[in-house]
Amino acid sequence: MSAKIAINDLNLSLTDRSPILRHINLEFTAGRITGLIGPSGSGKSTLLRCLNRLWEPPPAAIFLDDADITRLDVLTLRRRVGMLFQTAALFEGSVADNIAYGPGLREQELSPSWLAALLEMAGLESDLADKPATELSGGQAQRVALARALANEPEVLLLDEPTSALDPAATSRVEETILNLRDSLGLTVIWVSHSIEQVERTADEVVLLVAGQVVETGVPEHLLKSGHHLTEDFARGRL
Amino acid sequence: MSDALVWLPRIIGSLLLVGLAIGISRWQKVGLERDMLVAVGRAFVQLIAIGYALDLIFGAEGPLWILLVVAVMAGIAGYTAGQRGQGVPGSKTVATVSISVGAALTLGLLIVLRVFPFSPRFVIPIAGMIVGNSMTVTALVMARLRDDLKLQRPQIEAALALGATRRQAANTQLHRALATGMTPIVDNTKTVGLISLPGAMTGMILAGASPLEAVQLQIIVMYMLIGAAAFAGLSATFLTYRQFFTAAHQLRLTED
Repeated sequence: MSAKIAINDLNLSLTDRSPILRHINLEFTAGRITGLIGPSGSGKSTLLRCLNRLWEPPPAAIFLDDADITRLDVLTLRRRVGMLFQTAALFEGSVADNIAYGPGLREQELSPSWLAALLEMAGLESDLADKPATELSGGQAQRVALARALANEPEVLLLDEPTSALDPAATSRVEETILNLRDSLGLTVIWVSHSIEQVERTADEVVLLVAGQVVETGVPEHLLKSGHHLTEDFARGRL
Repeated sequence: MSDALVWLPRIIGSLLLVGLAIGISRWQKVGLERDMLVAVGRAFVQLIAIGYALDLIFGAEGPLWILLVVAVMAGIAGYTAGQRGQGVPGSKTVATVSISVGAALTLGLLIVLRVFPFSPRFVIPIAGMIVGNSMTVTALVMARLRDDLKLQRPQIEAALALGATRRQAANTQLHRALATGMTPIVDNTKTVGLISLPGAMTGMILAGASPLEAVQLQIIVMYMLIGAAAFAGLSATFLTYRQFFTAAHQLRLTED
């Protein structure tokens, strides 16, 4: 299995504060969902933001298909590596306006058939296209954000706790949708989650990050039985 | 020299009005008496000083003095607007550059188009109005953009994550800030003369000019201030937003 994204001894400090990421070495397998868990403040969100250069990583630390991402055009990188946030952060206008945003940046129009396909991929009804973004439920908004990201035809999806603000039913629908996308599109997904249960339901591999360092990696079932003291502490909510 | 202070008795007369204001502040326990006394003192000293300085400059030959005075005005205005734009990295520099660009373009065009001659008597008061107006515009733009970029950070981050440049990601915020900066002068121009007589023509009338001559000057003033607001506003908008992004289209970490 090839590494879609490889991280090679990544160290990062935020300006003059203490290091937020230390000696990170990771490989994310293509076409798999990797869950990234850890207590708050462990650096998960920062690590995620390095992967699409919303936060600038040092050179020769992060590679996409073996290419150093700091040497790639950042705008192209961000189309190949899409991202969802804790809040949907939709733009003014309709659902269709939002989904068409990415292609619109390059003056490309979104054809009605492509729009319909994206709505379906995100698990949304086709009649939602003209609805104002402000009138959506939390779950719907997050799925519009997903369709919006998919319009760029990304190879990788970064998810930063995308269901933490949603109720259980909406959460379940988003999880199902992402799993389907992994299967149908072969998307590589890196999923920062606040919930071990969610990771157990969705992830093929899991990484535990504590205080900016990778503590454990592995298959969810093995990880949570690994006996490593930090893993146990995290699992019991002691971290 | 004593002729120059012929208005002094009238100034003393108008001090009575300040005295009444201080009395009201005391009576209503507003607590502004000290501030008012400071203001009275500062205004007197500053304006008399400027009066003597302008007297000297009007007598001097050469464009350098004019440029020096305008530069000092722009510097002080930039400092003041920069303080109101706190929270924008490098706010004083951004404000000073924007005001200077606005003033230079507006004055330059006015002189090239022969609207005003390049002499101290015209350029300095006109520059004063332009710089004062540009200062307000710049402060408004900076504050609005700073607040909107903070408030709408999630949308801007989402736009960047979709492959937007910093310019594309902040597009809505840029338009709103520029509109905020320019709306006051446009509104003032719409209603000028209806509510009160503005300063430039009032001054001319008091000095003995005919009302028709005075209003024509005022028309020129309103038009030039719209131009100046656009130049300063545009400059402030683009300089300010760039302070919040890196060249690699990333949002800078700001102290929150």
